[in-house]
Amino acid sequence: MLRSKAFSLLKPIPLMFGQSNLACIHPAIASYGHRCHRSPVDYRQRYKTYSAGEQTISASHTKVMAEDLPGVLILDIGGTHGVLENLAVLLKKHFHLITMKEFLENKKEMSKKIQSVFVFECRPTIDRELLESLPNLKVIGNSGVGVDHLDLKMISNFGVKVTNTPHAVADPTADMAMALMLASARRLVEGCQIAVSPDTKYFAVDWLGVEVTRATLGIIGMGSIGYKVAQRARAFNMKILYHNRNRRRKEEEEAVGAHYCEKMEDLLQQSDFVMLVVNLTPETHKLIGKKELGLMKPTATLINISRGAVIDQDALVEALQKKIIRAAALDVTHPEPLPRDHPLLRLNNIIITPHIGTATVQAIRMMAEEAIANMLAVLNGQPIPSEVFPK
Amino acid sequence: MESQELPYVLIDCIGGKHGVYEDHIEFLEKHFHLISMKEYLENKKSLSEKIRAIYIWYHKPVINEELLQSLPNLKIVASSGVGIDHLDLRLLSSYGVKVANTPFAVSTDTADFGMALMLASSRRLVEGYQMAVSPDTEYFPADWLGAEVSGATLGIVGMGTIGYKVAQRAKAFEMKILYHNRNQRNKEDESAVGAVYCKKIDDLLQQSDFVLLAVTLTPQTHKLIGKKELELMKPTATLINISRGLVVDQDALVEALQKKIIKAAALDVTYPEPLPRDHPLLKLKNIIITPHIGSATKKTRRLMMENMTESIKAGLTGLPIPNEVLL
Repeated sequence: MLRSKAFSLLKPIPLMFGQSNLACIHPAIASYGHRCHRSPVDYRQRYKTYSAGEQTISASHTKVMAEDLPGVLILDIGGTHGVLENLAVLLKKHFHLITMKEFLENKKEMSKKIQSVFVFECRPTIDRELLESLPNLKVIGNSGVGVDHLDLKMISNFGVKVTNTPHAVADPTADMAMALMLASARRLVEGCQIAVSPDTKYFAVDWLGVEVTRATLGIIGMGSIGYKVAQRARAFNMKILYHNRNRRRKEEEEAVGAHYCEKMEDLLQQSDFVMLVVNLTPETHKLIGKKELGLMKPTATLINISRGAVIDQDALVEALQKKIIRAAALDVTHPEPLPRDHPLLRLNNIIITPHIGTATVQAIRMMAEEAIANMLAVLNGQPIPSEVFPK
Repeated sequence: MESQELPYVLIDCIGGKHGVYEDHIEFLEKHFHLISMKEYLENKKSLSEKIRAIYIWYHKPVINEELLQSLPNLKIVASSGVGIDHLDLRLLSSYGVKVANTPFAVSTDTADFGMALMLASSRRLVEGYQMAVSPDTEYFPADWLGAEVSGATLGIVGMGTIGYKVAQRAKAFEMKILYHNRNQRNKEDESAVGAVYCKKIDDLLQQSDFVLLAVTLTPQTHKLIGKKELELMKPTATLINISRGLVVDQDALVEALQKKIIKAAALDVTYPEPLPRDHPLLKLKNIIITPHIGSATKKTRRLMMENMTESIKAGLTGLPIPNEVLL
C-alpha cells in the first residue's frame, strides 16, 4: 500500500524539510503563492499532524478500488492547511485521492493518474513545473470563487480547464458582508471589549454608533454576491447604489431598489457604506486608492469582502489615521495574515476578520460538492457548470 | 420669548456619563425651561410648584414617592427608550401623572442590532477579529468555521414592533421564521414576513437555530428563559437577548453555556448593567456581551429626544399624548 510506504518515509525526512533546503523542494510544497494572498507556512509542523489524520482516513477506506477512479491531487488532508477530513471523504467517493507528498514520492506512477487538482484555500500552488509533470491533467477544480491565485492563461496553454464555485460562496459571503457592515456601524467589537473589560465601571450613555437602516449602501461589483448583499440590505430600507462593469437588467435593479452609478465617483460621494464585491483582476487591482478614499464621505465606512489587493492598503492606513473616512471593515487583506507590525493592526477604527467569508460548516461542504461536480463534468465530457476562462 | 413663559421641566443633569446630551440642549431650550436636579434641590421652595414635567434620560432622575409628593403640579413624565420597567406606573397613576416613552424611535436600531448580534455570533466575528489582530497569529487555519445564518430557523419571542422588524430583516436572509407572542398577529403581517406562530413557546425553542428575545419586561416575562427552556433548545442553538437582562435566568444561562447545553449566547442586556467584573458570564468563551447599545445611534437618540419633547408639550396642553404608556 502506497500509504504505508509514505509513513516509513516520514522518519528519515527531516533533512529534506530543513529550512535551508526549502528551495530544493518542489515549489508546490513550499506553496509560496507569490500570486496568492496566503502567507507561506512551515511544512514540518504540518506533516506531524498529517500522520494523525491519515490513520482516520485509512480506516474508512471503501470497497471501491480507489485506483480505478480518476486521480485528484490535493495538497494534504487535515492539519492547518490541508483539505478538511470530511471533504476528503466526499472526494474519495468519486476520485482516487493523491496527496502532494504521495505524488512527489512516486512521481512516475502517480503523475499519469492525476487528471484533476482540487485547489483548497489556494493550495497547492499551480505552476509551470507542476503542469508539465501532469500529462493527463484535465481540470483544476478550485474551492471558492476567486481565481486570482491561478495563472489562467498559462493553465489554458496546457489544455487544462479551470472551474470555480460561485454558487456555494454567494450566501455565506453576502451574510459576512452584512455582518461586517453592522458590526462596524454599531461598534460591536469595541462594545464587547467595554462590556467585558475589568476596568469597566459603568456604561456611558453618550457612546454612539451610526445607523444602518435607511443609510446609503454603495456596492462596487454587482455579481452574484453583490446582488445578494443588495437583497439583504433592502430589508434594512437601505438606499442602494451600485457600480459594475455592466448595468443589470431593469427588473433586477427594481427588485432590490438599486440605482446604477456609471461613474464610481458618484457612488463614492453619496454612500455611507462602500462595499467592495469585485473579483481581483488587473483592472480592479488598487481600485480604491487615495483619490477614491478622498471622494468618500468623512462619515463613511469601507467594507471589503473581495480581495485585499483591490485596496491600496497604504492609502487606507493614511485615510483611517487622518479620519478621511470614518472606519473600515476588512475580511480580506494582502497578505493574509498581515505582518504583525502592520499599521492596520494598530488602528482603532477598523475591524479585520481572517478571511472567513465562506467559513461555515455548510459552505465548506457545498464548495467541495460544487467543485466535485465541476471536475466530474470535465472528466465525463459533460457541460461544465462553472468554467473560468482567461481574458 | 421670555424663558419664564416656557414650562419648567426637571432633568437630572447635562452631559457627563448619563446626562442629557449637550447637543440636544439647544432644541430642548426652545420648548422648555430646564431645571437640573442640583438646581431643584438647592431651590426647592421656589421651584417645586413650577415643575410640570420630568424628562427622564436613561433612567435618571429616579422617580420615587418623595419626589412626586414635592411636585404638586407635575403632569407628565417622559422616559427615553421603550422599556418602562424602571417606573412604578401605578404610583405615577395614583398621583395623576401621565407617562410617555419612545417605542418607535428605538425600534429600527434595536432590530438592526439584533441582526448584528445574530450574525456576529454565528460567524464568530469577535473571535475572528481577535485572531486577525493577535500578535501570536502566524496563519489562518483552514478548519476554523462558523455556522450559516442564511436559511437557518429564527424563533422570535415577542413579536411587537421590534420583533417584527427583526422578522422583516431576517426574511431577506431566507431564514425560516417562527414566533411566539401574547397574541397571534394577523394573517397579512404573518405572510409578509413568512412567520409561523407557535402558540407554545416550547415548540419554538425546540425548532430554532437562533432564539431572539424581544419582549418587554413584565412580571410575566421575568425569567421567561430558565433552565427548562434552555434545555428545550437545540444544542446547536444560539440565544440572543435584546430585551432586558431579567428576562433570562442568568445563573441557568451560565450553566447552559458551560455545559454546552446550548451553543452560544449574544446579550445586549444583562442584569445588572454592567455585570460585576467577576461574573461567570464574562469568563465564558461562547458568549458575546455588548453594553446595551441597541438604540445607540446619534439619529435615534435625537429622534427620541424630539418624541419626548412632543409628548411633554401635548401632556401640558391637554392634547392627546403621543406614545402614552397606559396602565
